[in-house]
Amino acid sequence: MEILVCVKRVPDTAENEFELNSAGNDLDRDDLVYSVNEWDNYAVEEAIQIIDKVGGNVTVITVGDDESEEVLRREMAMGANDGILLCDDAFDGSDGKGIASILKAEIEKGSYDLVMTGAQADEGAGQIGGMVAAMLGMPYASLVNKIEIGDDKIIVGREIEGGNQEMNEMQLPCVISIQTGINEPRYVGIRGIRKVAKVDIPVKGAGDLGVDPESIGEAGAKTKRVDYFVPDMGEGAEMLEGSTDEIIEKLIERLKAKGGL
Amino acid sequence: MTQIFAYIPFKNGAAEDVALEFPAAAKKIDKGASLTAVVAGSGADLDKVAQEMTSIYSEVIKIDNALFSYPNAEVVRKALVNIIPLDAVFLFAHDTFGMDLAPGLSVKMDSAYAADIVDFEGIDGTTLKAVRQELGGAVSTHMAIDISSGAVMTVRPGAFAPVEGSSEGGTIVDKSGDAGDLSAKRKFLEIVEAEVGDVDITKSDVLVSVGRGIEDEENIEIAQELAEAMNAVVSCSRPIVDAKWLEKSRQVGTSGQTVKPKVYMAMGISGSFQHLGGLKGNPFIVAVNKNPKAPIFQVADVGIVEDILDFMPELTEAINDL
Repeated sequence: MEILVCVKRVPDTAENEFELNSAGNDLDRDDLVYSVNEWDNYAVEEAIQIIDKVGGNVTVITVGDDESEEVLRREMAMGANDGILLCDDAFDGSDGKGIASILKAEIEKGSYDLVMTGAQADEGAGQIGGMVAAMLGMPYASLVNKIEIGDDKIIVGREIEGGNQEMNEMQLPCVISIQTGINEPRYVGIRGIRKVAKVDIPVKGAGDLGVDPESIGEAGAKTKRVDYFVPDMGEGAEMLEGSTDEIIEKLIERLKAKGGL
Repeated sequence: MTQIFAYIPFKNGAAEDVALEFPAAAKKIDKGASLTAVVAGSGADLDKVAQEMTSIYSEVIKIDNALFSYPNAEVVRKALVNIIPLDAVFLFAHDTFGMDLAPGLSVKMDSAYAADIVDFEGIDGTTLKAVRQELGGAVSTHMAIDISSGAVMTVRPGAFAPVEGSSEGGTIVDKSGDAGDLSAKRKFLEIVEAEVGDVDITKSDVLVSVGRGIEDEENIEIAQELAEAMNAVVSCSRPIVDAKWLEKSRQVGTSGQTVKPKVYMAMGISGSFQHLGGLKGNPFIVAVNKNPKAPIFQVADVGIVEDILDFMPELTEAINDL
C-alpha cells in the first residue's frame, strides 16, 4: 500500500506563550519554538503501522519553507520512507484551498492508495484533507480514530460527539484525517534523526507541479488573515494572588461558598 | 441582497442548539440578508425538524431521501451542490459533521472557505470580515473573506446568541426531487457507542479535572488525592486520554462527556473550546495553570497562576486539616 501523509511545521502550543509583535498585527515570531503538528505524528505512526502489516511505502509531504525540511526528517526518523518538500515563493499567502491545490498537483503525479492528514493544525480549520479529496474526486472521512485495511477498501471509525464512533466503508484510493489518540506515536531520538540526516529530500516548486498560479498564493486566496489580536474577554477570572498559603485560604473560602467543600 | 443558507444538524428528530444561533450569525454578516434553513434527512424525524425550523426561519428547504437516514457527508454534499445556489453564503456548525462535509463542499461550489468562525463583522463590498481563533485559542484573527463567488463557512457552536421566543411562520420548500445522483464511494455502516467507564463523571457535583499540566501518568495520583479530600471525582481533558493515562469515559469535552457539576477544578487545563463545550450548567470554575495567558482564565471564575504539581498537594493538605 502506498501511503502519503501531509504534515506541517507549526508553533508548538505547549512550548510557547504567544505574544503579538510591536505593530500588533502578527505574532512575535522571534523566539517561537516550532515542531511537527501534533495530529500529524499520529497520522505518520498509523501509516507506518499499516505498512508494517500489509507492506508498502510511506511518503511524508509538506508545503513550507527551507525550515520545514526538519519536520520531514523527523517523520522519516519515525519510519516514513520518503519525503517531499513543496517550496516556492509563489506559494506564500496561500489560503487553505491554495495549499490543497498545491498538494493535489503533487498527489496526482504519484499513485497513492491512501492520503492522510492530521485532523487539524495550528490554524484549527481542519480543511486540507476534505479539500484535497474533493479536488481529486476521492472519498473523504475526517477525525478518524480507527482503521481496518481491506483489499480495495478500508473501514474507518470517525470520532463523533459524545465519544461515539461512526463506522464507514471507504473505497480506495481515499483521503482521511487522523484524530489524536488513534495510536501512541513512537519516540524519536537524536540518533534516529541523525540516521536520516543525509537522505535526499526532493524540493519541488510551482513550475515542477504545474499548478495554476491564479489558484495559489496571495492572488488565489479568497480567505485572508488580516491581523492577529488578543480579544477583550471582559473581566475574566478573579485572579487570586499572594503567597501560596494566602491563595489557598482565599480559595477554600470561595469553594465553601460555592458548594465545593 | 446576500442569500444565506444554514444547514441544520439534528439527532432523533430534534435540531441541535446551533439551529437557534445561525440567525444571529446571519444578522452579523448582513442585516438585510435572506436566511434559509436547510434540513436533510428522511421520514418523520425530518418532517418534525423542518416544522420546528419554520418558527425560526422564513424559509426551510427540506431534502428527504432514505439515504439520509444517517447523514453521510459525501452523499449529503452531492445533494447540496445540486440544490443550493453556488454563489450563496452557506453556514454549517463546526461540529464533526460540518468538519466532514464543508471543506469539500467549498471545492465543489468553488466558494471561499472559512472554518470555526466565532464572530462576523459585516460585509464591505464583497468582502466579509470574520473573527476566528488559532493556536488552540491563544490568539484571535480577523479574516477577510471574498464572497463574490459564494462562501462555505463553519461557525463555532455556542459562539452566537440563540434566538429566543421566535415565531417566524416560515414555509417549507421540498427540494427532495432535485438531489440528483447520490452514488458515493463512502458508505455508513454503524455507530459504535462509547464504552461505559468505571466512574460516571456526569453524576459528580465536584470535578477535579486534569490536563497537560499533570505532565506524567504517576502524577494523576496527586489529583486523585485532592479529589478524595473534596469528595469529588477526577476527570480530564483530551491529551490525558490520548496518552492513555485515564479512560475515555473520564474525558470532558465535545468528543467526551458533557458534565454539569457545581464546581469544576480545571487543573493544568488550557481550555480549548472543544473542552469547554462539554462543560454545561454554568459551574463555578477554578483554574490553576502556570501559564498566565492560558485561555481558561478568560472563562474561569477564579484563577491561580501556579504549577499544579506544587499547588494541588498543598491544597489537599489544607482541606484535610479543616
